[in-house]
Amino acid sequence: MNAAAFAAQQQTNRPETDQRQILAEIREIETDAAALVAAGGSPEIHPRRDYPPYRSSLLRHPTHQLVRVDPEEIERHSPAFGHTDVDPLESDLTIQHTGEPIGERITVTGRVLDGEGRPVRHQLVELWQANSAGRYVHKRDQHPAPLDPNFTGVGRAITGDDGSYSFRTIKPGPYPWRNHTNAWRPAHIHFSLFGTEFTQRLVTQMYFPGDPLFALDPIYQSIADPAARERLVGSYDHDSSVPEQSLGYRWDIVLTGSRSTWLEPEDADE
Amino acid sequence: MSEPTPTPSQTVGPFFHFALDYPGGPQLVPGHHPDAIALHGTVWDGSDAAVPDAVIEIWQTDAAGQVPRGLGSLDRDGITFTGFGRAATNRAGGYVFTTLRPGSGFVTLAVFARGLSHHLFTRAYLDPEADDRLLASLPDDRRGSLLATRETATSYRFDIRLQGERETVFLEYP
Repeated sequence: MNAAAFAAQQQTNRPETDQRQILAEIREIETDAAALVAAGGSPEIHPRRDYPPYRSSLLRHPTHQLVRVDPEEIERHSPAFGHTDVDPLESDLTIQHTGEPIGERITVTGRVLDGEGRPVRHQLVELWQANSAGRYVHKRDQHPAPLDPNFTGVGRAITGDDGSYSFRTIKPGPYPWRNHTNAWRPAHIHFSLFGTEFTQRLVTQMYFPGDPLFALDPIYQSIADPAARERLVGSYDHDSSVPEQSLGYRWDIVLTGSRSTWLEPEDADE
Repeated sequence: MSEPTPTPSQTVGPFFHFALDYPGGPQLVPGHHPDAIALHGTVWDGSDAAVPDAVIEIWQTDAAGQVPRGLGSLDRDGITFTGFGRAATNRAGGYVFTTLRPGSGFVTLAVFARGLSHHLFTRAYLDPEADDRLLASLPDDRRGSLLATRETATSYRFDIRLQGERETVFLEYP
């Protein structure tokens, strides 16, 4: 049976999968990944695209190896964004409506860096999230949690000279999804990032420290290396908490694409 | 200090439209631009079902082959060619960009979707005869997946197959 037929069968006549089954699958893959590292392999930086515990990945991952290619000049540059694209007020998600959103007010602050630790300056950061009840302003999110008329959950910012960004928002709630029975996503904020090269493009999610759902979540766990996935967890930062206003979280983001200092191969003219 | 370690990717999820869609996202140039072309296609999964919740980004040179440096991809002024566009797929898995023919001969695409934990890069070549290192390196049965089909003088079709026998060639940069 090929992958597609297997996946189709999984979709149509699989019995209700429970959390125990998902956990067993997660552990098996993590053990496998750890064995690869123990045998001298590099830890996996990114999630596995083929990650069966995340059921939607079954039919949506390529089965061929990615083709390695030297980036062309255009790919060693990134689209330019700036003051004409983003209003400074877009980084405050708590002032987009006439009233105050419900929930725990937080700030999320950090720096966007490249693989050599240099700041990614004047570049676009986009963010989106559920409200404090775990509901998205999206017609396909129909789970019975309230929408908040004073919260949309979308923000944008342009990084500063030091690569820094800062958003003011409310802490999102966890929410249910249909990967398996009683599946819940840990609270998270989606981030979209551009680097200095298009090869550094990144879409990811930031999580909050100590979430009891981490171990159960096949999206978080799709990053097989424990140290790698912990890099998605922001840290509580009391120094950025504002008295009687908001709690502060810090999260730095490191983008890597092709080698940052790209040299034309010697046979480029051949 | 050692080099910082990369931040892992995560799926864009199903609920990105309210954040990532923006007016003019797919129109790098207005449709009535005298040199406008349509670059469009459908995203397919491994069971040949259309993917209605993907988002495609394109990034390309201008018609002269230069790297665009202008601001304004999110808030287009109708004049500046910024080289970047973004389109979510519709209910039928389709996307449409209006853009200029890239001087470099190809458009770079990034594909994001629910179920896709890490985006995929690919390239759409508009000239099947292009003298190109990547195309030359591919086996015959896979090269075609990177060639956009010229439908009319101003319309090119580029389907993206995430999985399966006619899977698109996806790229990784060293």
